[in-house]
Amino acid sequence: MKIIEITKLSKNYGDFQAVKEISFFVEKGEIFGFLGPNGAGKTTTINMLTGLARPTSGEIIISGQDGVKDIKKVQRIIGIVPDESNLYDELSGFDNLVFCASLYGMGRSEREKRAWELLTRFGLDDAGKRPFKAYSKGMKRKLTIAAGIIHEPEILFLDEPTTGIDVKSARQIRELLKALNEQGTTIFLTTHYIEEAEWLCRRIGFIVDGNVIKVSHVDDLLREAQKENIIEFTIEKTSAVLKSSLLERFPGITIKKVSDHSVRIGSTEKIELMPFMKFFAANSIKISEARIIRPSLEEVFVKITGIEIEKLKAENEGKKKWKKL
Amino acid sequence: MEKTLAFWSILRKDIKTYYLKPPNISWGIIFPVSWTLMFFIRSGGAVDIKGILPGVMALSVLFGTTSMLAVTITFERKKRSFERLLLAPISLNLLMLAKTTGTIIFGVINGFIPVLFASFLIDLSGINWFFAFISVLLIAVTSTFLGLFVAVSVSEVFEAQTFSNFFRFPMIFLCGLFIPLDNLPVFLRPLSYLLPLTYGADLLKLAVSHRGSIPVWLNLLVLVTYGTGLFLISTYNIQKKWIY
Ligand SMILES: Nc1ncnc2c1ncn2[C@@H]1O[C@H](COP(=O)(O)OP(=O)(O)O)[C@@H](O)[C@H]1O
Ligand SMILES: [Mg+2]
Repeated sequence: MKIIEITKLSKNYGDFQAVKEISFFVEKGEIFGFLGPNGAGKTTTINMLTGLARPTSGEIIISGQDGVKDIKKVQRIIGIVPDESNLYDELSGFDNLVFCASLYGMGRSEREKRAWELLTRFGLDDAGKRPFKAYSKGMKRKLTIAAGIIHEPEILFLDEPTTGIDVKSARQIRELLKALNEQGTTIFLTTHYIEEAEWLCRRIGFIVDGNVIKVSHVDDLLREAQKENIIEFTIEKTSAVLKSSLLERFPGITIKKVSDHSVRIGSTEKIELMPFMKFFAANSIKISEARIIRPSLEEVFVKITGIEIEKLKAENEGKKKWKKL
Repeated sequence: MEKTLAFWSILRKDIKTYYLKPPNISWGIIFPVSWTLMFFIRSGGAVDIKGILPGVMALSVLFGTTSMLAVTITFERKKRSFERLLLAPISLNLLMLAKTTGTIIFGVINGFIPVLFASFLIDLSGINWFFAFISVLLIAVTSTFLGLFVAVSVSEVFEAQTFSNFFRFPMIFLCGLFIPLDNLPVFLRPLSYLLPLTYGADLLKLAVSHRGSIPVWLNLLVLVTYGTGLFLISTYNIQKKWIY
């Protein structure tokens, strides 16, 4: 079942179009990752979905309700964790949670119970009575997440939940999100960490320069990528003609990467090592290692967005030239 | 029910984190005291306390309310905690009422601090307390919404203060509290009649020293219209500017 449905959603800031007619959906019960580089339009999209930014055009349906017109109704069933903690510095962790709960109409005893429950669950019970401003970055992020789920929302939105915090807290947060999802919360998160998306998400949308260029299951993306066999040779020195002579000798392969001391080749067929050894020997290239590379989501990302980034860059260059003329 | 809960929570949080903080309490006391002192010194001691009381009361309300909003709104907006309120399932009107009610209460209390001081010095019988309270309340409401209008138009706390002074200082001299309107140069008088404080001050003078010059109904009408108008413009601006 589709719990979020976005159709031709755009956002303009003056002349600049930050989000360009994007369409996709999120299924109930999944973790959906919105993956893209800085400035791609992730925060702008999340702001439109949660009611902090007004779409220039397009449609948002969240849990069957109009996400533009009836945003106040929608806000009842969603939780929001912004990219920067926005709790009150002067209030304690506990008071912050209790205050947030009251905004959703939770009664006193209910919200106090829930606040302690969450503080304990997030390992913040000792810090519960300390003011928020005395928290470390990781603790702040955790409390912000706790505040986002205090009213047990159906959908939780998180904008870069692990950016800028220590490795340990980041891992705890990922585990908390996974557990939360297993209990039934649909999660929409943005990230620019590919491994995070790979580990957490069921489906991923790639966003580059305001365009959603692919939405797919992580499993499918990986299966697709792993159809290709990749081997990296570590060699003493690469030469200018290495690439062309390799391609001449082995017409079926693709050269993925050539750096000073390594060359990475790919093929949809099984790669036999011996012919390559012979080739290097014949060309007096000393080789010290041959390593199988298991394609990860990173390869997919480069494959999907890399091309597009180049293409979009070229398009922008073209536009600039036109303007000058 | 749910809405009342959110309203009280926001109000209580603001009172606890802002209004009961020592700097703000003392601001509320120092201000009326310095005004009273200034008039004492200027008139060499032989001051008509009852005559200047409405003026000092009105200014305490005006300065108390407008400076608080720079903190409770502009500062929270800068720190982004205001976003949390915008993201909550409560209507913008209710939210802004909750944010301003604290300021209005603070303004009313501020307005009666000079009365407390005056009570040690002179006999205050003869004041129509009910009317005085209504006047102070109306002044507090209009100047709070004036402060809200300013707070929504700027993004830095110091800008809010500067912009407020742009309204506040002319009001001191033009609202008829210290210089009777009839003594103002003719070309300034229309300006006086544009300022909401002129009407609030007139009501207050009537209550304290029985010397009003504008019909009561007109005073009430202008104050209510100003208050409602400023509130609506402010929430409209928030819709436009803060939900970007
Ligand atoms: N309020 C704004 N006014 C103008 N441009 C903006 C505004 N907010 C974001 N942008 C621009 O929109 C683009 C997308 O920004 P953002 O959504 O924050 O990206 P991301 O979160 O993916 O890093 C960026 O180029 C950014 O500069
Ligand atoms: Mg962002």
